[in-house]
Amino acid sequence: MKAVVLVFPGINRERDMARTLELVAGAKPAMVWHAERELPAGTDLVVLPGGFSYGDYLRCGAIAARAPIMEAVRRHAECGRLVLGVCNGFQILCEAGLLPGVLMRNAMLKFICRDVYLRVERSDTPFTRGYNAGQVIRVPVAHGEGNYIADGATIARLEGEGRVLFRYASPDGMIDPNWNHNGAINAIAGILNARGNVLGMMPHPENHVEAAMGSTDGRGLFAGLVDHLERAA
Amino acid sequence: MILNELAITPELVAQHGLTPEEYRRILDLIGREPSITELGIFSAMWNEHCSYKSSRVHLRTLPTKAPWVIQGPGENAGVIDIGDGLACVFKMESHNHPSYIEPYQGAATGVGGILRDVFTMGARPIACLNALSFGDPKHPKTRHLVAGVVAGIGGYGNSFGVPTVGGQVRFHTRYDGNNLVNAMAVGLAETDKIFYAAASGVGMPIVYLGSKTGRDGIHGASMASAEFGADAEEKRPTVQVGDPFSEKLLLEACLEIMAKGCVIAIQDMGAAGLTCSAVEMGAKGGLGVTLDLDKVPCRETAMTAYEMMLSESQERMLMVLKPEKEQEAEAIFRKWGLDFAVVGETTPSMRFIVCHQGVQVVDLPIKELGDEAPVYHRPFVETPKPPVIRAEDVYAPVPLAETLETLLATPDLCSRRWVWEQYDHVIGGNTVQRPGGDAAVVRVDEGPKALAMTADVTPRYCEADPFEGGKQAVAEAWRNLTAVGARPLAVTDNLNFGNPERPEIMGQLVGCIRGIAEACTALVFPVVSGNVSLYNETKFAGEESGRAILPTPTIGGVGVLDDFAISATLAFKAEGEAILLVGATQGWLGQSLYLRDICGREDGAPPPVDLAAEKRNGDLVRALIGERIATAVHDVSDGGLLVALAEMAMASGIGAQLDASPSDIPAHAFWFGEDQGRYALTLRANAVAAVVARAQAAGIPLRHLGTTGGDALTLPGERHMLAANLRQCSESWLPAYMAGGPA
Amino acid sequence: MKARITVTLRAGILDPQGRAIEGALRSLGIAGVASVRQGKVFDIELEGTDRGAAEAALKDAADKLLANTVIENYRVEVVG
Repeated sequence: MKAVVLVFPGINRERDMARTLELVAGAKPAMVWHAERELPAGTDLVVLPGGFSYGDYLRCGAIAARAPIMEAVRRHAECGRLVLGVCNGFQILCEAGLLPGVLMRNAMLKFICRDVYLRVERSDTPFTRGYNAGQVIRVPVAHGEGNYIADGATIARLEGEGRVLFRYASPDGMIDPNWNHNGAINAIAGILNARGNVLGMMPHPENHVEAAMGSTDGRGLFAGLVDHLERAA
Repeated sequence: MILNELAITPELVAQHGLTPEEYRRILDLIGREPSITELGIFSAMWNEHCSYKSSRVHLRTLPTKAPWVIQGPGENAGVIDIGDGLACVFKMESHNHPSYIEPYQGAATGVGGILRDVFTMGARPIACLNALSFGDPKHPKTRHLVAGVVAGIGGYGNSFGVPTVGGQVRFHTRYDGNNLVNAMAVGLAETDKIFYAAASGVGMPIVYLGSKTGRDGIHGASMASAEFGADAEEKRPTVQVGDPFSEKLLLEACLEIMAKGCVIAIQDMGAAGLTCSAVEMGAKGGLGVTLDLDKVPCRETAMTAYEMMLSESQERMLMVLKPEKEQEAEAIFRKWGLDFAVVGETTPSMRFIVCHQGVQVVDLPIKELGDEAPVYHRPFVETPKPPVIRAEDVYAPVPLAETLETLLATPDLCSRRWVWEQYDHVIGGNTVQRPGGDAAVVRVDEGPKALAMTADVTPRYCEADPFEGGKQAVAEAWRNLTAVGARPLAVTDNLNFGNPERPEIMGQLVGCIRGIAEACTALVFPVVSGNVSLYNETKFAGEESGRAILPTPTIGGVGVLDDFAISATLAFKAEGEAILLVGATQGWLGQSLYLRDICGREDGAPPPVDLAAEKRNGDLVRALIGERIATAVHDVSDGGLLVALAEMAMASGIGAQLDASPSDIPAHAFWFGEDQGRYALTLRANAVAAVVARAQAAGIPLRHLGTTGGDALTLPGERHMLAANLRQCSESWLPAYMAGGPA
Repeated sequence: MKARITVTLRAGILDPQGRAIEGALRSLGIAGVASVRQGKVFDIELEGTDRGAAEAALKDAADKLLANTVIENYRVEVVG
């Protein structure tokens, strides 16, 4: 898997993401600076990591979404290649129009860092083939603006097309407002674009890939991507 | 033309916090009247915050050396060797007054400042901790201060990208007008790539880096050392605003130019900004410094020399660069979008010279600016020793089970989850032990080595007996590190007190420092960095003198684990394991939370710390963890033994059947007394005999407490205490209070 | 020329910050507050004197960056 991690000023989980990609895929990803205009040739996966790009001073992800490298990411996605945005990366993808909707302030108006439970809705995508449909995984969240919202038609379309891949759930997989820490509509934690090659998600699977750190539940996402690309090759 | 001239009057001198004697000292030193800019520089360099004039003679008595200490106090942060060519760089610093005036920005810039202290030395920050003291929950401002300070700490650390992994939060009416925000940062560097403040070489370029200079925090350093009056609210405009985004860029740019070998010396522009940083670089390197203020990047127009020299705009650094690397360094800073300007050079003259608009506005002897700062042997009176309260004389008003539930829901003992969930504590992917345990554990790079860290102090003990309280703060930090299995290495101390010009306050400071020195020496736990914050008191309307905070010498401790997989957590691990208590219990109720929160009495002598027993007990516990014999370990502190056992049950959901208390100690004193030097731990049943023999051989008191199992704590004659119910008690108060619920 | 762009949330979009401020105003005893919606203000200084061109440029800035039109509305004023 030839992976690329984008680095925008103010991004801060790029090292976590790179380490996880190396751990699971066995190869160091290329770190690509926001001011570049091209991705390295042959890039399979572009990852937009978490952080506070440009301090998130205007709106989360808004300024990064207009960075020079984002044109190349758009072309990469249009070719059907894979893009993963985590946390601030998800916000950037929404601001760039590669995914629909917006991440608003958490309903409780506070930044929240805790382990949450996610129900994996489908296993037949490149991003979730490492899991079973209906499986519940435990991964951390760390965000102040993760409350997903879109207009009614968009939500209906996302749901109708099976593009909600992860939902906040109770440990036994029930959708319950008490387990939806940020108030996202339909407990949405991660969504896919229409073509199925761009995923945005708020939680941090890259922080749960080692037993020593409490859980390996995040590993399936990355192992699944490696598997998908190997089979495609 | 910007005017830099102003006649010096006695009023102006007083406004600068300088006494007539101190002003006379300035006249003697320079042989003429100072310019207004020079007066500002003296006031910044000679105030309490920069000169330690009231505490210096006492701080000198602290032990600062050990074979693993690379750099003790006096630099931006302390440095210790943790083996394998790696060093741990750490320090704690207060940002108390700014956090009272503007809680969000005050706390945020406190975190920003301490992070800069650490990465200035070439270390990448890997963790932050903090110790927070707030007023009475019933005080109308407390909720607002808690919300703002916690959001500010989170806002800065989360955005900067460092995990905030531990700390303390307390409430007491004595912090009503003076909340405390003590922030600690821990970083990692290679032992041979540490950077210091001392300049070397004549004619070297001095470079200004980072954000532009504005009028922020002018006289912040002086404010940080001035007693609060009724006009505190009006001081708001001088509080600095933090920019974690710029600081993250500054971190990456600094580490990059350090790695490229461009840097000779580096100093953070913290309190008194350009003044302190430039003077320290020159004085420590035995060189003069010349600055040209026309080169300083400014955010505002028409700034005077005085304002530029004293501005406390955040996210700025001063560096001495290798001349041949200047262009390379500049290119790196431009890439990160940061300001870069050569603003001066080192000289052989030993003078501090500042020019503005082509005119020399400052010409002072650089060494004397720091060295000749006044040092005071302030008079002090020792705090009278309070009487020892006998457990037999304390009446137990409620049954044990009800007492436990009440205590777990008090502001000082309840869960701090509401606080630490607002801090990103997992970023970095190295947080082995998250907040809520005895000490945080953070893996070093790819491991197996890890660092343990904690921040501790028990101010009510320090108030009752400063010497014992000082000892206890150190012992508690040492014990918390030991309880996770770490080898305690060194501490940073953050001494928060009232007005040192009052002999009884000075007595608290002197007593606490003596206690800290004694404990650090006995436990071979040297002080490598620190900060003193005095004048933490408020004059309330109609009162003659100020009301001081409780003496609060916060101790930040760091220890090392050779393998993070061989460490202990406090959660019970399995049913049917033996629960043991290491250390002696006499049922010490003086100054306990039981006495305060159940009996409504804040009195008596605090529990004494027997440092020899402390070391013996801790060494045994650490060995049992290292040999994988102890399965769960928890330090017994605030609230006593039953609270500690409840915390072990709540963390796991596993309960315990507990034996009756010994007949020679009243039950409430046994379960809620705060005797020091104790740990609760669990062992597999077949390991008990050998451990008992080992303790006996070492002369360590060991007592069987019960057996893990079920879903409740049970005590003979008491109703069951379900772990889930206890958790409910512990978790409810803080979120409910912050949502507007009862104090 | 000086201009101001005001960005507010579209009607119907939940505004938790606005609601918290609304609650705070009520608890301060400020009477008659029916509802609060919060937003952002950008004060911009422009070169040149062509009002029409300025308005077009500002609209472009708001569409491309300052507002997220999925959830936000904006208003452009050239104040002279």
